[in-house]
Amino acid sequence: MNQTISRLIINRIGLGLLTLLIVSLVIFMITNLLPGDAAQELLGQSATPETLAALRSQLGLDLPIYTRYIQWLGGLLVGDAGYSMVNGMSIMELIWSRLPNTLSLAAFATLVSVPVALSIGIFSAMYRGSWFDRYSNMLAVFAVSVPEFLIATIAVLIFAVKLGWLSALSHIESANTFGEMLKVYAMPVLTLCSVLVAQMARMTRAAVIDQLSSPYVEMALLKGASPIRIVLLHVLPNALGPIANAIALSLSYLLGGVIIVESIFNYPGIATLMLNAVSTRDMPLVQGCAMLFCFGYLILVLMADICEIVSNPRLRK
Amino acid sequence: MKDEKTRSLVDQQSSNSATQGVSRRQVLRGMMTSGLVAAGSGVLVPGSSLAFADTAKGTRGGKIKVASQSGSTADTLDPAKGSGSTDYTRQYMFYNGLTMLDESLAPKMVLAESFDTRDAQNWVIKLRKGVNFHDGKPLTSADVVYSLNRHKNPKTSSKVETVAKQMVEIKAVGTDEIHISLETKNADLPAILAVSHFLIVRDGTTDFSKANGTGPFICQEFQPGIRSIGTRNPDYWKKGLPYLDEVELFSIPDEPARVNALLSGDVHLINSVNPRSMSTLMASPLARVIQSDSGGYTNLVMRDQLGPVQNPDFVLGMKSLLNREQILNIACRGFGTIANDQPIPKGHRYYTSGLSQREYDPEKAKFHFKKAGVLGQSIPMVASSAADNSVEMAQLIQLAGQQSGLKLDIKRVPADGYWSNHWMKDALGFSNINPRPTADLIFSLFYQSSSNWNESGWKNDQFDQLLVAARGETNESKRKQMYGDMQVLVHDLCGIGIPTFSSINDACSSKLGGYKPHPLGGFMGYMFAEQVWLEV
Repeated sequence: MNQTISRLIINRIGLGLLTLLIVSLVIFMITNLLPGDAAQELLGQSATPETLAALRSQLGLDLPIYTRYIQWLGGLLVGDAGYSMVNGMSIMELIWSRLPNTLSLAAFATLVSVPVALSIGIFSAMYRGSWFDRYSNMLAVFAVSVPEFLIATIAVLIFAVKLGWLSALSHIESANTFGEMLKVYAMPVLTLCSVLVAQMARMTRAAVIDQLSSPYVEMALLKGASPIRIVLLHVLPNALGPIANAIALSLSYLLGGVIIVESIFNYPGIATLMLNAVSTRDMPLVQGCAMLFCFGYLILVLMADICEIVSNPRLRK
Repeated sequence: MKDEKTRSLVDQQSSNSATQGVSRRQVLRGMMTSGLVAAGSGVLVPGSSLAFADTAKGTRGGKIKVASQSGSTADTLDPAKGSGSTDYTRQYMFYNGLTMLDESLAPKMVLAESFDTRDAQNWVIKLRKGVNFHDGKPLTSADVVYSLNRHKNPKTSSKVETVAKQMVEIKAVGTDEIHISLETKNADLPAILAVSHFLIVRDGTTDFSKANGTGPFICQEFQPGIRSIGTRNPDYWKKGLPYLDEVELFSIPDEPARVNALLSGDVHLINSVNPRSMSTLMASPLARVIQSDSGGYTNLVMRDQLGPVQNPDFVLGMKSLLNREQILNIACRGFGTIANDQPIPKGHRYYTSGLSQREYDPEKAKFHFKKAGVLGQSIPMVASSAADNSVEMAQLIQLAGQQSGLKLDIKRVPADGYWSNHWMKDALGFSNINPRPTADLIFSLFYQSSSNWNESGWKNDQFDQLLVAARGETNESKRKQMYGDMQVLVHDLCGIGIPTFSSINDACSSKLGGYKPHPLGGFMGYMFAEQVWLEV
């Protein structure tokens, strides 16, 4: 009944919050285990014991670790992730300045990859064993196996250096018209999609094939339903759970895992922000970014779970 | 031009690329020239002799994009905190210094009209008149006093705090005169104040989210880790400069991506080009490579009082083990010049020609190792990509060691944390020294016994005395003699092996005019912005 559904959903949300709390503890501990701290990194070669001690007390690094954790967690609850140790800017401000870029790249990649992946997955499941199925399978394995830095670099060499059609860098500031947007996003989105599409298509294919072999499909077939009708009306609703999970897993990668694409195309997103933060030992920023990635990941997985629960007819009755 | 290019590429392919390196015929290459400097580098620097722009040559207008190798949220507009080429370059766009270093590392007057002293201890600086900040305020001595004094305040966390501390008193006399008293004599003051950290900001500035300087460009946009944009300062005091209307500076840390951006015409200028990319760049009609010989080096550090290094014979043996030709051609791919275990490069105004080149000599090395009693032992040697080319160098030294019966055990450690965890802590390791503007700075930072960065832990009274004496010496020939003696001492006795000096490699669009090599660093010593133009 509806009550069951809401109970299940509330359960999932509660579990999600608990996970987030545990993750925050783990992130805080792990970032504190990294060798060197912001004071050492800021002073670099010019560090002496006295200047180190002075800078540490100035940055609050001399407080015990649990005090710092509680202060940090309390700040997070009210939307204050602290201040960068490197340039004194607010972490939230830094993240907000990059987040729209990351989200728009993720949105473009999603818009392109999800429809393509779903259609490839569904068609190759419907015509299993056909040349389309075999070739799309082969291509998918190929795309998953080639590392994205290679795809990106080769794309730059071909489209920017040799042909000169596209810009080697993704300057979002110069993207004012729709045509310019296409130019700016073409290569990063292409690179990301080649990895995403392959994964999602294979998972979709597996989920659909699984359903196609069930008795109710045979029943529908005997009743004379067309293959399109069978897949869209009978199979897909039942395969929605696994497909949503596959999509969520692939998309969560778009938030934090695009470091390579961002650095090759010089795209100012969250991943490069976090990379900078790690290299300058700017722990508040590292922690802020890591929490954001986990948050995004949990939201996506939660949405997939809810999709699965809601689409389950046994729970809906 | 095109023929020559093709020919040299063929040459290059047919020769053994491992030992030959890239043909340098068409690389624009800069050397430090000595003659000019010696003539113009007296303590009394003649004022207002700056020849600004060759206005007949340059073309006014245009926007360029520049990609540097490093950039992060730590980027700053505060000259005192600047670190790395991106910060220095950005700051030279917006600010001016009292002086600057020209291509021969001799100080030239910029905001100062003259530096006068009788004893190298008490200095009188006269300011140029008619210079305004971007907000319209005229430049006065108060701005200079504020800009110099703030380095001494620990709260500024200035990178040059220790250097600034020698200026015990900095006071304004009238609106355009500054008196500086030094702790001890230092004839290099005009050169020291030429580095980017001592650029002049407006009196009382504490907010560095925007730049307010006297420089050629006005800060239009500054986003740390993303980009900086400077637009032409229409009221710049150097008449006719700058040529460009706008400069956009951002970083592309990935080297192949940086090179591709230049090749595809997305940027006009890049720095820190890996020698591996040279042939691609030279084959392209769109790009030009600019190589500057510098005084920077990667050195073998033999830390005194640690392990086998306690024995001076071990140090001499290691120095004889350096096959400099091989290191230059293989580890540095031909980009650099041969060095002689002392930090002053040929062409520097204080270079001494009195030292004979130390050659690779496995027999001599074996003799010294035998005397030191280290033959047959396995000695660890720490290398890391943090010190450029040191991993390759270590392998070459290891191979050479086998010839002399010395077993070196290479410990390769990550670049991350190398400077805090390994540098100056291992008996045998590597370091990387950037070019410094003066001989005094190199010696006092890395060789003086009391310095924090005395890499080898070297203690030599004679050297320390010479260093202080040379610093205060106003007679050029006496000074050169002293620096010569110091080079001999380091070459003979110090636990530092310097096989080669590195070169600085930039590349720019072939449309960019006025770009010249500079021994201090890439991007024309970080000062390209006001000197280059875009050819139409």
